[in-house]
Amino acid sequence: MFYREAGEFKTSYAADQATFPIRFDLWRFWLVVGVAFLVVPFFLNSYWEKAILLPFLIYGMAALGLNILTGYCGQVSLGTGGFMAVGAYASYKLMTGMPWMDMTLVILLSGFITAGVGILFGLPSLRIKGFYLAVATLAAQFFLVWLFNKWEWAYNYSPTGQITAPERTAFGIPVTGAETESWATYLFCLLFLFVFGWAATNLVRGRIGRSWMAIRDMDIAAEIIGVNPLMAKLSAFAISSFYIGMAGALYFAVWNGAAEPTESFAIDKSFDVLFMIILGGLGSIFGSLVGAAFIVLLPVFFKNVLVGALGWPTDIAEHMQIMIVGVLIIYFLIKEPEGLAAYWRLAKEKLRLWPFPH
Amino acid sequence: MKLTKLAIAAATALATATPAMADLVFPSLDYRTGPYAPNGIPLADGYLDYFTLLNERDGGIGGVEVRVLPCETGYNTEKGVECYEATKGEGALVYQPYSTGITYQLIPKASADNIPIHSMGYGRTSAANGRVFEWVFNYPGTYWDAATILTKYVTELEGGSLAGKKIALVYHNSAYGKEPIRTLEKVAARDGFELITLPVDHPGQEQKGTWLQVRKEQPDYVFMWGWGVMNQVAIKEAASIRFPMDRFIGVWWSASENDTLPAGDAADGYKAITLHGVGDDYPLYADLKKYVYDRGLAAGAGDQHGRVLYNRGIVAAMLAAEAAKKAQEIHGVKEITAAQMRDGMESLDITEAVLATNGLPNFMPTFSVSCENHGVPGLGAIQQWDAGTQTWSLVTDFIEADREIVDPLIAEDAEAFAKENNIQPRDCN
Repeated sequence: MFYREAGEFKTSYAADQATFPIRFDLWRFWLVVGVAFLVVPFFLNSYWEKAILLPFLIYGMAALGLNILTGYCGQVSLGTGGFMAVGAYASYKLMTGMPWMDMTLVILLSGFITAGVGILFGLPSLRIKGFYLAVATLAAQFFLVWLFNKWEWAYNYSPTGQITAPERTAFGIPVTGAETESWATYLFCLLFLFVFGWAATNLVRGRIGRSWMAIRDMDIAAEIIGVNPLMAKLSAFAISSFYIGMAGALYFAVWNGAAEPTESFAIDKSFDVLFMIILGGLGSIFGSLVGAAFIVLLPVFFKNVLVGALGWPTDIAEHMQIMIVGVLIIYFLIKEPEGLAAYWRLAKEKLRLWPFPH
Repeated sequence: MKLTKLAIAAATALATATPAMADLVFPSLDYRTGPYAPNGIPLADGYLDYFTLLNERDGGIGGVEVRVLPCETGYNTEKGVECYEATKGEGALVYQPYSTGITYQLIPKASADNIPIHSMGYGRTSAANGRVFEWVFNYPGTYWDAATILTKYVTELEGGSLAGKKIALVYHNSAYGKEPIRTLEKVAARDGFELITLPVDHPGQEQKGTWLQVRKEQPDYVFMWGWGVMNQVAIKEAASIRFPMDRFIGVWWSASENDTLPAGDAADGYKAITLHGVGDDYPLYADLKKYVYDRGLAAGAGDQHGRVLYNRGIVAAMLAAEAAKKAQEIHGVKEITAAQMRDGMESLDITEAVLATNGLPNFMPTFSVSCENHGVPGLGAIQQWDAGTQTWSLVTDFIEADREIVDPLIAEDAEAFAKENNIQPRDCN
């Protein structure tokens, strides 16, 4: 009824190729963005910020990065935790080495540094594929965590190897350290996710995204039609690592304020992000965000319901929470192997026909 | 999307529901699940039971009911932050996270929110410097104290000199385990022994390689900075390479029955430092039995009574309660705030009389906290495990830390922190 192409006439190619060709979709999108930017900051307390929204935004960013590599370019990576560590330590060195630097620049530079490291560890992908590549990226994960344990310069020779974010500002407003306002850190992370989510959406629709998907679907065929596998794979590694590096920098500097390599960036982080994109939908920008929401927010949700509302003992609630989330993951994977984003796609297709489906 | 919105809606509803403030709130950031649960459970049980006792026996502290807010962290820093944010709005008086990692996360946050942290024998060692760390306390001892107590003890065993000896440190590869390294390096340089550092990655169930290295290097002593399942695995592995148990000494966090029992007879003779007395032979236990256990109010499964870490939970609770009493005294109000609690902690004076009134005579060394020093007294005794009777017994008196080594290190690290964070050290006069 309200959600359909019929009656919407496009008069230019640009309008025809818009990200949201249906007007209702466009309005809905801007409504969500508007609420996120203009309404949420006014109703934010530090619990919402630190326990719900920042983790969602930051893991969303990491999932977006991994989805570019795994979902769009088909290169399985288990090195996400390690690349996040690169971003975090890069931001730490930048923050302590160049205190005058604006945090926006720090995060971007951390992303670029991680992109460089990502290219380095992407090189084997030119020769090896599938599970074998997963093992090679696993090596990256363990090597990087080992490195940040060992390399004293990376943590400024602190006796514990723990890095702590000093207070730094973005556009004159403090976004790291203890004296931050909830709205500031939230908007800072949201801005990054919005801008780079936008960039990713357009990247995957363009030439470079198409070359990734060609490599993913059949690399020999892609090579025959003229896609350069070297460029496609390495650009996917670089851009994916860029996103993951920024996520790591935000994770350390803005959200947690302190980190140590073995606990914060261990292999389970890599798995978490991989599960986010499998569950949310491989090769879907929206899916990355839904997957991140699922993995990050459900445990908090169940904890609040079981302990807060039902008054269960904390240990039983924790075990139940793990089981419930596990069952839900299995359920959704069986019911919808293409991820939660497929539900969204299906809903939109049904809406087009509603209320006359036949 | 729907789930997200639902989750957010529920979370807010719960986060904003603040109950009436007619009580003293002590959050307990504990962990009863995961690889650190064997150590987290007795700590949490002791903490909770002591406050239950105060409520049942004395009607709280100074007549105000105590409310303990348990929050499961799983020893995970992300969950620790979530727990902190969830509980701080309820009027939390003091945080005791039982995790060095979480303590590091909370130091800047809690200082900004004006809530004290008591990291009792863990956390950031340089927080002992009260001029820089106004809101953080780590009495009655720090890791660096523990490291020098260990070297002092083995020096004595070796007849006064460690020159030419070899000491291995088996440590949890985290901020916690790395804490003593620099101190031990300093002592090694001064006393002329060789230090070998052997990290064990989280969670520590796999240590074959570590102990193979111990066998190869043949150190004279092995020190351990372990936690959770890592402890019991290490003791078993040490036994399997036939490392002499009385030369294997753990820090006070690698010193509980839950670490030695799984290894059975092989653990006989294992040593560890302790901050306080062992067992349940104290008048406090009679009260606990009468007011808590017999009324069916015991926390958890109720099977940890009298164990080392259960006693440590009691110490933590007792020190918090005493500080709260002190704060009530200083400020003349019953319902104290977190800032007043801090004042109470800073003027805390644990004397033999205080211990005796709490039913814990001669339980731990006496000390009094000051504005400059938040890490007093820095004493530790060595205890040894007897697998036959399944008990710990003290084999030394309380040993003083090597202040000559520790104090300059604390000053140096605190200064670095102050500089990094633009903190002007307080004037303590």
